[in-house]
Amino acid sequence: MSQDFDYERLRREITWDVARRELGIGEGAPINLGHVCVDRNVELGRGDKIALVHENHAGEVRRFTYRDVKRLSNGWAEFLALQGIRNLDRVCVFLERIPELYISFIGVLKIGAVVQPLFSAFGEEAFFQRADDSRAVAVITQHKHLGKVRKIRDRLPELRTVIVVDHDATRRPLHEGEIAFSMMDHGIAEYPVFRTYAESPSVLHYTSGTTGQPKGALHVHSSVFAQYLTSKMVLDLKDDDVYWCTADPGWVTGTSYGIIGPWSLGVTQVVLDAGFSSDRWYETMEKHRVTVWYTAPTAIRMLMKDGIEPVKRRELSSLRHMCSVGEPLNPEGVHWGRAAFGLDFHDTFWQTETGAIVVTNLPGMPVKPGSMGRPFPALVAAVVDPATGEVIEAPGRVGMIAIRPPWPSMMRTYWNNTATYLKKFVNGWYICGDRASLDADGYFWFSGRDDDVINTGGHLVGPFEIESALLEHPAVAESAAIGKPDPINMEVVKAFVALRPGFEPGPDLELDIMNFIRKRLSPLAMPQEIEFLGRLPKTRSGKIMRRMLKAKEMGQEVGDTSTLDED
Amino acid sequence: MKEMILDYIRKEYLNEEDAEDMQLDENTPLISSGIVDSFSMVSLKRFLEKKYAISIPDDQATPEAFDTVNRILELVRRFQKDS
Repeated sequence: MSQDFDYERLRREITWDVARRELGIGEGAPINLGHVCVDRNVELGRGDKIALVHENHAGEVRRFTYRDVKRLSNGWAEFLALQGIRNLDRVCVFLERIPELYISFIGVLKIGAVVQPLFSAFGEEAFFQRADDSRAVAVITQHKHLGKVRKIRDRLPELRTVIVVDHDATRRPLHEGEIAFSMMDHGIAEYPVFRTYAESPSVLHYTSGTTGQPKGALHVHSSVFAQYLTSKMVLDLKDDDVYWCTADPGWVTGTSYGIIGPWSLGVTQVVLDAGFSSDRWYETMEKHRVTVWYTAPTAIRMLMKDGIEPVKRRELSSLRHMCSVGEPLNPEGVHWGRAAFGLDFHDTFWQTETGAIVVTNLPGMPVKPGSMGRPFPALVAAVVDPATGEVIEAPGRVGMIAIRPPWPSMMRTYWNNTATYLKKFVNGWYICGDRASLDADGYFWFSGRDDDVINTGGHLVGPFEIESALLEHPAVAESAAIGKPDPINMEVVKAFVALRPGFEPGPDLELDIMNFIRKRLSPLAMPQEIEFLGRLPKTRSGKIMRRMLKAKEMGQEVGDTSTLDED
Repeated sequence: MKEMILDYIRKEYLNEEDAEDMQLDENTPLISSGIVDSFSMVSLKRFLEKKYAISIPDDQATPEAFDTVNRILELVRRFQKDS
């Protein structure tokens, strides 16, 4: 098959217009993601087809057809409108991977509001930062996370409505401003979908940077052209596939390819709402006859730890295509995939800001283990000099991965932060912030990030966010956070802390600080290791030298210390 | 030991409402139910090591070994014996 693969032909033939035509959306015509992903499938005769197979941690399976999802998302839309939520209002979805998450996501879009997915493991401070920045008017949540919302509600004056999806008479009464909504009791057959257009805002995903608090990457309804086409051509989704994306919709993979992409193609998708265990994952694939699987290198490495034997005990002959995202997939992961499943893992590269896959290994394309692949054929990607934006063509020379705008799913701005958004562009290129080089065949090879953002388990965590939270702990006087290399998660958070007078370092305090960060921010942000120092290295202007701490941790040359404050 | 671990999990990993409403016992799934995720396992492991003066190697701190308090007890006792 790979001998027949003609990348140059794809580059000539594939444009975003292919998606627009196949989705039947005329130029300038209304387009609403809620309609494209759900109602359109019912109109095309897929009403009785399963859209969502949901399995919870106890092994209980629920199935929802496209008609079910249409009815239930209509119910959500009507309910949200009755709460006074309007076009362009921001609505946070702060739920575990329960059916209400996937279906309310569609309901919010159907009224033209902006859906803001939030990772359910976020602590109250992480939730606050994101809801405060977006000025969200409503949050959809469940009892398990209601306590966190209540803790910071007073600080969010514009948050008018807290919607609780699992309230019943056995629970204590809800507080003022909280309202129960039982999705399964409120399906309605028809609801007029709000007339949004290609450039109407749709999804707001927050992502972390080196400095400042997380930034909200704003996407628009026409992002679906990119998510549809990449789901079709990279994930290779076809009408009869059973697809499993293991990502949580609190992160962009879980929405672009865990909701929008597969449903825009009318595909059946599986959701497993359970903690990780290799046997449970293989059982899920076997039980639901999964054909296409999109997962992350961290998960692959965790599976690798348990060896090939658990794979061989399962009947996984349905599986025909595997992709990976979140961080570079090391060659060992590709080799293991071949040995375990007889298939290649196809690495894909993209980020919250790009909204869809931009560099990738396509089906049929020879996979070079360890490479990110080549630009998706409908867009132009290159390695450029970050200062000048000049394209670097020489093989092996490292530069920044850059994409030529526009493409349908690129962010349209950072919410409330246009200045930072504009800094992402140099000489007509969008600069991703990841360094790579090209080989002679045009394959991209990842070489590292160009900033201090920590990539842990495929999720980006901002060091500034952790350092700020650390300073709120009563014992902490100074703090720094870095990504420490980790064989499973690529990086884990390591913190360096100088204590206030009267506090002594020790295991009790270390555990207390770890749990403090876990609960305020998230388990991902929790330092897996804390090193206590008398003082942290600083520049003469008082800035903590994170770079020096990282170099020391890595056993590298510390570099230029001319600005170091030696006092 | 069992009660101490259960109390710690209630205090650190369940929010106040869950802690009162939920029947957490030694057989309640922790990892597979999402009460404790793989990142948070590190703080639970650190608590056990500190409390019981043991050292649990990373390759023994698996999701399966931490999935219930009963399994955690087995693990702790094994390393107490070894030390």
